[in-house]
Amino acid sequence: MASIQAPDELDFAGWTCPLPLRDHPRVVMGHGGGGALSAELVEHVFIPAFGGEVLADLGDSAVLTLGDARLAFSTDSYVVRPLFFPGGSIGDLAVNGTVNDLAMSGARAAYLSCGFILEEGVETEVVGRVAKALGNAARTADVQVVTGDTKVVEAGHGDDIYINTSGIGLIPRGVDIRPQRAAPGDVVIVSGEIGLHGIAIMSVREGLEFGVEIASDCAALGGLVQAMLDVTPDIHVLRDPTRGGLAASLHEIATAAGVGVRIEERAVPVPPQVANACAILGLDPLYVANEGKLVAFVPREEADAVLAVMRAHPLGAGAAVIGECVAEHPGMVVARTGFGGTRVVDLPLGEQLPRIC
Amino acid sequence: MKYLEEFQDPELARGLLEDIRATVTRPWALMEVCGGQTHTIIRHAIDQLLPEGVELIHGPGCPVCVTPLEVIDKALEIASRPGVIFCSFGDMLRVPGTGRDLFRVRSEGGDVRVVYSPLDALRIARENPDREVVFFGIGFETTAPPNAMAVYQARRHGVRNFSMLVSHVRVPPAIEAIMTSPDCRVQGFLAAGHVCSVMGIGEYPELAARHRVPIVVTGFEPLDILEGIRRTVKQLERGEHTVENAYPRAVRSEGNPAARVMLEDVFEVTDRAWRGIGTIPLSGWRLSPRYREHDAEHRFDVVDIATLEPAECRSGEVLQGLLKPHECEVFGTTCTPRTPLGATMVSSEGACAAYYLYRRLGSPATRLEANPVG
Repeated sequence: MASIQAPDELDFAGWTCPLPLRDHPRVVMGHGGGGALSAELVEHVFIPAFGGEVLADLGDSAVLTLGDARLAFSTDSYVVRPLFFPGGSIGDLAVNGTVNDLAMSGARAAYLSCGFILEEGVETEVVGRVAKALGNAARTADVQVVTGDTKVVEAGHGDDIYINTSGIGLIPRGVDIRPQRAAPGDVVIVSGEIGLHGIAIMSVREGLEFGVEIASDCAALGGLVQAMLDVTPDIHVLRDPTRGGLAASLHEIATAAGVGVRIEERAVPVPPQVANACAILGLDPLYVANEGKLVAFVPREEADAVLAVMRAHPLGAGAAVIGECVAEHPGMVVARTGFGGTRVVDLPLGEQLPRIC
Repeated sequence: MKYLEEFQDPELARGLLEDIRATVTRPWALMEVCGGQTHTIIRHAIDQLLPEGVELIHGPGCPVCVTPLEVIDKALEIASRPGVIFCSFGDMLRVPGTGRDLFRVRSEGGDVRVVYSPLDALRIARENPDREVVFFGIGFETTAPPNAMAVYQARRHGVRNFSMLVSHVRVPPAIEAIMTSPDCRVQGFLAAGHVCSVMGIGEYPELAARHRVPIVVTGFEPLDILEGIRRTVKQLERGEHTVENAYPRAVRSEGNPAARVMLEDVFEVTDRAWRGIGTIPLSGWRLSPRYREHDAEHRFDVVDIATLEPAECRSGEVLQGLLKPHECEVFGTTCTPRTPLGATMVSSEGACAAYYLYRRLGSPATRLEANPVG
C-alpha cells in the first residue's frame, strides 16, 4: 500500500455538492413519485390550465354537490410493473386504489369506470387474467364497473397494460372529511403495518431477495372506513398513504391545515421484513408506498372508540396511535426518535432512491 | 436479522449516553467519517442527545457528494450516446453535473438504469451483446471490491461490451487531508466500519500516532455510533490516541484479504479530485492498465472532459466545523433544502439542512432534553 502524503493545498471553501435540478424542461420519473416534483407539476401546470375551486382543494377525491346529494369523484391511473406481484395485481390496484381515494372522503364507492390501454402484442390471456382480478376486486369492494373503454397502442409505445379507473360514491350526511380539518389535539392513527406494497413491488421488480416473500397489502378500505364512521361521523381527516408513503400523506395534511404533526417513531408499525429491506436498500419506511392502509386524524375524545373499532376490523387489526396534531411548527412533520430526539420528516423530492452510503 | 432491534435498544442507549455524560469534562469535536453514520445520527437525532460540548462534525464520507463534477459530466456524456445502457446506483441519478442529471438524460431518451450491484450491469451486458453497457463505479473502499469483481469477471469471460466509469475514493488519505488542513478542529475520528471490514485497520495506527487523534472503528446502528463516541471521548479524556475496534462483529484487523487481493489486481492507487475540495494525493483508485479495455473513460474518449466547479457554497468550512451553517451568508435565503447550493443542504443528513429544519422548529442550537422513550 502506498504511503500517505499530506496534500499541499486543499480548498475546503470550494466544496460544492449534488443539488437536485428542479427546473426540468422534460418530465422525469420524479414527477410521478408523489413528492415535491409531483406537487409542483400539478401546481404550476395543471391547476393554472384547468382552474376551478374544487380542483384546487387537491384532495384524493373531489367533493361535489348534485341536487341534495354530496358525491365524491376520483380518478387514478395504474402503470405498475410487474402486472402480477405477491399480494395482488394491477387489476386489484385499479379497483382498490380508486375505491380508497373515495373512502378517504368518507364515501362508499358505488360505480367505477375502467379504461384499458393495451400494448400491441400483449397476450390476451394476460389481459383476461387482469380483467378477472379487477372483477373479483370490484365484487370484494362491493362496487360496480359500469362503463369502460379500450385502446391499443403500437408495440413499444406502452408497457403491456395501463389502466385508468374513475369512481363515484355518496358521502353520508354529516360527514366532512378533508385534510383542512386537521386540528391541534387530533390523534393520528394508522390502520396497520406500513411499507408492504412498496417493498413487495421492489422485491419482484428488481429481483431482490429479502429472505421472505413480502406480499403487498393491497385492499379496499371502504368497509373499514364505514365501521369507523359508524362510531363517529366526526373524523377530521383520512388519507391513504400510497406514493410517497406515510411521510408524504402527513406532509400534505400538515400543509393543507396549517398545523404541525408530531409522531412517535417507535409507535409506527413497521414489520420486520420491511425494516430489514429498507435497511439493506437505505430507504426510510415512512416514505414507502402502501395500498391497503389509511391514516386518520380524529378528535382526542373519539380516538379510543375509533381505534377499538379499527382493531376489530380485519383491515385495521394492526391499527396504532402514532402521534398527534399540534399547533407548533405549522406545515411540518416532526418525528420523535426512539431515543427521544426529534427529526424533521421532510417531503420527498421525487422517488426515493436506494442510497449508496 | 435481529440486529436492527438489538442495536436500537433505547435502554442500552440511555446507559451509553449516561456513561458519555459522566466521562466528559470539557468540549470535544469528533468527526464521523462516513455518510451512512451521518444518516444514522440525524435519523435518530443522536447529536441532540449528547452532552453539551460533545460536537459531531459530519465528515466528507458521502461518495455521492465527493464525486467530482467532471466525472458526473463524463457520465452524462457517455449515458447520452446512442447504443449505450448506462447503469448506476440509484442516488447518483439525481446528482447534477453541468446543467443536467442522469434523470434528465433518461427523459431525453438515454437508456439509464438503476441497478443494485455491478454484477447486475454485467448481466445486462451479457444479455445485450450488441449494446455498450457502462457501470458508474463510485464510492469508498466498501463498493470498490464488487466493482473490481465485475471488471475482473468481464475480462475473464470476455464480456467486451462491459466497461466501468471509475471514481473511487479512499478514506485514510481524506483523514490525512482533514488533519493537515489549517484550522482543523477535529480531535477524534469515528472510522467507517464497513470500509475497515474490507481494508482492515492497518493504515490507521500511524495516522493516529502522527496526528495524536484517537480513531475508533465504528458501526452504523445507533448503539454502534454511541459506543464509538463513548470510546473516543474516553480516550480523549485520558489523553490517549490509539486505534480501537468498536465494531468487531464486522471488522477484523486484517480486513477481507480476498477483497484486497481483488482490489490490488483490478485497481491502482491514483490522485483523486474530491468535489469542491480539490485533489488529494493517492486518495483514489482507477482501473489498472491491464483492464484498460473495460475503462469507460478511454473507451468513450471522455478523458479530456474538464469542468470548473462553482465555489458559491461554504459547506467545506461547515464540514470542518469552522463555520456554523447559519453563519453562512446564503443560509436560509438562496440556499435552502428546496434549493440547495451545496453538500450540506442537499439531504436531511446534511448539517445545513438539519440546522435549517431545527431552526424552523425554534431550536437551532439548543439541545433537546435527552428523554428516551422505552
